[in-house]
Amino acid sequence: MVTFTINGASQTVDVDSDVPLLWVLRDELTLTGTKYGCGVAQCGACTVHVDGRAVRACVMPAASLPGREVVTIEGVSGKVAQAVQTAWRKLDVAQCGYCQSGQIMSAIALLTEIPRPSDADIDAGMSGNVCRCATYVRIRAAIHEAAGTLGG
Amino acid sequence: MVTRRRFLQSTALGGAALLVGVRLDGRQALAADDVFAPNAFVRIAPDNTVTIIGKHLEMGQGSYTGLAVILAEELDADWSQIRVEAAPADVTRYNNTKWGPIQGTGGSTSLAESWEQLRRAGATARAMLVEAAAQEWGVPASEITVDGGVVSHAASNRRATFGELASKAAALTPPAQVTLKDPKDFKLVGKRVPRLDGSAKTDGSAKFTMDFAEPGMLTALIARPPRFGATVKWVDTIGARRVKGVTRVVQVPAGVAVVATSFWAARKGREALRVAWDESRAETRGSDELFAAYRVLAGRPGTSARREGDAAGALRGATRVLEAFYEFPYLAHAPMEPLDAVVRLGADGCDLWAGSQIPTVDQQVVATIVGLPPAKVRVHTMLAGGSFGRRATPNGDVAGEAAAVAKAVGGDKPVKVVWTREDDIQGGRYRPLYVHRLRAGLDAQGNIVGWEHRIVGQSILQGTPFEGMVKNGVDATSVEGASTLPYAIPNITVELHTTRVGVPVLWWRSVGSTHTAFSTETFLDELAQAAGRDPLEVRRTLLAKHPRHRATLDLAAEKAGWGEPLPPGRARGIAVHESFESVVAQVAEVSRRPDGLPKVERVVCAVDCGTAINPDVVRAQMEGGIGFGLAGALWSEITLVRGRVQQRNFDGYRPLRINDMPAVEVHIVPSGAAPTGVGEPGVPPIAPAVANALYQLTGQRVRRLPFARLAPAGTRTA
Repeated sequence: MVTFTINGASQTVDVDSDVPLLWVLRDELTLTGTKYGCGVAQCGACTVHVDGRAVRACVMPAASLPGREVVTIEGVSGKVAQAVQTAWRKLDVAQCGYCQSGQIMSAIALLTEIPRPSDADIDAGMSGNVCRCATYVRIRAAIHEAAGTLGG
Repeated sequence: MVTRRRFLQSTALGGAALLVGVRLDGRQALAADDVFAPNAFVRIAPDNTVTIIGKHLEMGQGSYTGLAVILAEELDADWSQIRVEAAPADVTRYNNTKWGPIQGTGGSTSLAESWEQLRRAGATARAMLVEAAAQEWGVPASEITVDGGVVSHAASNRRATFGELASKAAALTPPAQVTLKDPKDFKLVGKRVPRLDGSAKTDGSAKFTMDFAEPGMLTALIARPPRFGATVKWVDTIGARRVKGVTRVVQVPAGVAVVATSFWAARKGREALRVAWDESRAETRGSDELFAAYRVLAGRPGTSARREGDAAGALRGATRVLEAFYEFPYLAHAPMEPLDAVVRLGADGCDLWAGSQIPTVDQQVVATIVGLPPAKVRVHTMLAGGSFGRRATPNGDVAGEAAAVAKAVGGDKPVKVVWTREDDIQGGRYRPLYVHRLRAGLDAQGNIVGWEHRIVGQSILQGTPFEGMVKNGVDATSVEGASTLPYAIPNITVELHTTRVGVPVLWWRSVGSTHTAFSTETFLDELAQAAGRDPLEVRRTLLAKHPRHRATLDLAAEKAGWGEPLPPGRARGIAVHESFESVVAQVAEVSRRPDGLPKVERVVCAVDCGTAINPDVVRAQMEGGIGFGLAGALWSEITLVRGRVQQRNFDGYRPLRINDMPAVEVHIVPSGAAPTGVGEPGVPPIAPAVANALYQLTGQRVRRLPFARLAPAGTRTA
């Protein structure tokens, strides 16, 4: 049994301590917006926020969850999140869309930390998120767009 | 009277008859009586929503949006009232008209083959709405106008929405003839509209097969052989069955399936499995052996794929002869959503949920395995998290695995088969490994007098139901782009050696052009260099009879500032290639990284795809095609040693990351011609354009992909 906060609500799940957060979210809580892409923290499709920081859910075991606050794409909110999601829609970033939850969660974390990122900041903050459709041109543009609307 | 239900009854196919589409949120749409459904592609509901039924898989290429634009254009609908659903598997209504009696997405055909069909479907629906209004208002249909989803009669100042007219229109008979719009009146075609799937893909609500969940659903992972062609000798299931959550361990043709109540339990169970494999019929050669054998074959005459004039004679008489060998590795598709399929057996048939590129094949494969007529297999096509060709298998591999496991397990709970990323990278169906040999001769003036091209590699079609497409021993997918070389060279031969290797292969975004564009466009550059001519001018001269190629090339060159000075440490390269009836030219601007690899700074891309139905999607596909091609050119390769794949995940099989992505500018050649392919043609030119730029910068020719091989091991930087 582990108890943690998910999208603002306390939740107790009956899982073994080695089950990664990704599968707690997907198989136990049916929060399927967070995606499985590689299982070894190489692609970023499973990016969520844990205590406000971008984390790869596929390598975070349930044992480390008690007392943590986890936010997924389904629950992310606030000015930065709204600016990012609006920019994503405005520029039609998504193609297949499978990696985009992770991209968006990483972008929100980046903009929260660096309100006006340079291209180099974006490369550094986003290079852990793979997109096989290679939507990178628009990811970069959308992050700049969101930074602009936030007045950063 | 053609209500939805009547229409479905009239095209009834056993149990499939009452099926309608799958929505973006993964839910099944419901058939309703009061809906106006004039044909298989559109439903108009009293709530004024217009639902387009998309027969082509949405795997990122924007097919849903494009199909909807075509139909909505002729319907004169408002974009905000448009919804989309995936069509069920039903070849009588949803076949690919370019392929014949098969429902499928591929070859960049979706919009091109739907253009006429959906324009007519939209125009028919519009005519019936107009007729309904004319009858309702007692006015001549010719005086009625339609704009933005509103039907109006100006003289009597009457207006109605589509929704208000739906039930009345449903009672009418579709007209036999409709008039299509003059393209100058297009309001949606050629304009930017937001993607229909853009919002759901931004808030996590878009549902892929991986996300399918139902109470009691089981997840299965399959232990697969370490070498292609090996089979199970014996299996010890004790350890696996002890894992909490594992419910069954069953043998299936693909290997040994561990079935569990969750992914993690299935994974742990598979790790605890002990399997001995019979490798007596397995492929045991490695990439190095294949390359060596292929090089020998490349020295010998092969099966003719094209013969014009006397290339051998021309080369004998040439002032100068150049020769080059090119080597291309196996490549995995590695779509972000690993492969998956869900099958549920039931009393009244069977359900398949999958991002299916060829529903007709998947339906038949599942039907055969579970012992039902195909019509009893309901296919629910989900959004696909990328494919790049991988979900278009001639043997319906993943759907078949799910069916085999569901059958072995029994019961009526859905069974989801998931490939882990390791399964995907190591599980085959790669772009084949190829060796090319090119020879060409120049005369004293530097003109190319003869061209000999030999290609060695596996056939994608051989041994599949599509084998009949192999003509005179030549699989066109092995030579396309080479056999269709557009340059005016008087003597040309293209020959093919088809090899038999136990590594399963498949089409990979842009198929033959993934390798033929590289060898032909870099070799041509080499010849231009040898003749002391400008690479752009050489191409222009040789393309005098190909105005589309020339205009596209000129547009890219002009926008890229070809010939204008660059800052020190930068150089440009150019390439042009036709694939899927579209022509794409790209100019790459590169610098050199500390480890010697090219850093692509900027790409200027020009494309002639006929009518650009969704210009912004065309731009996105060029951007993405460039990134996808660049991944394969710079980093990605599958290598085998003694038959074993050496890469396991994205650490070894390196994808392109954002820090590798150049700035991209896309320019669309204005055209009123019928639309041609967009999903794949952006891929082929990028690798040769970069190689040609690298040569300008370093004098180094790249003859083996990926470029990463240029850097000595251990010196590669991130």
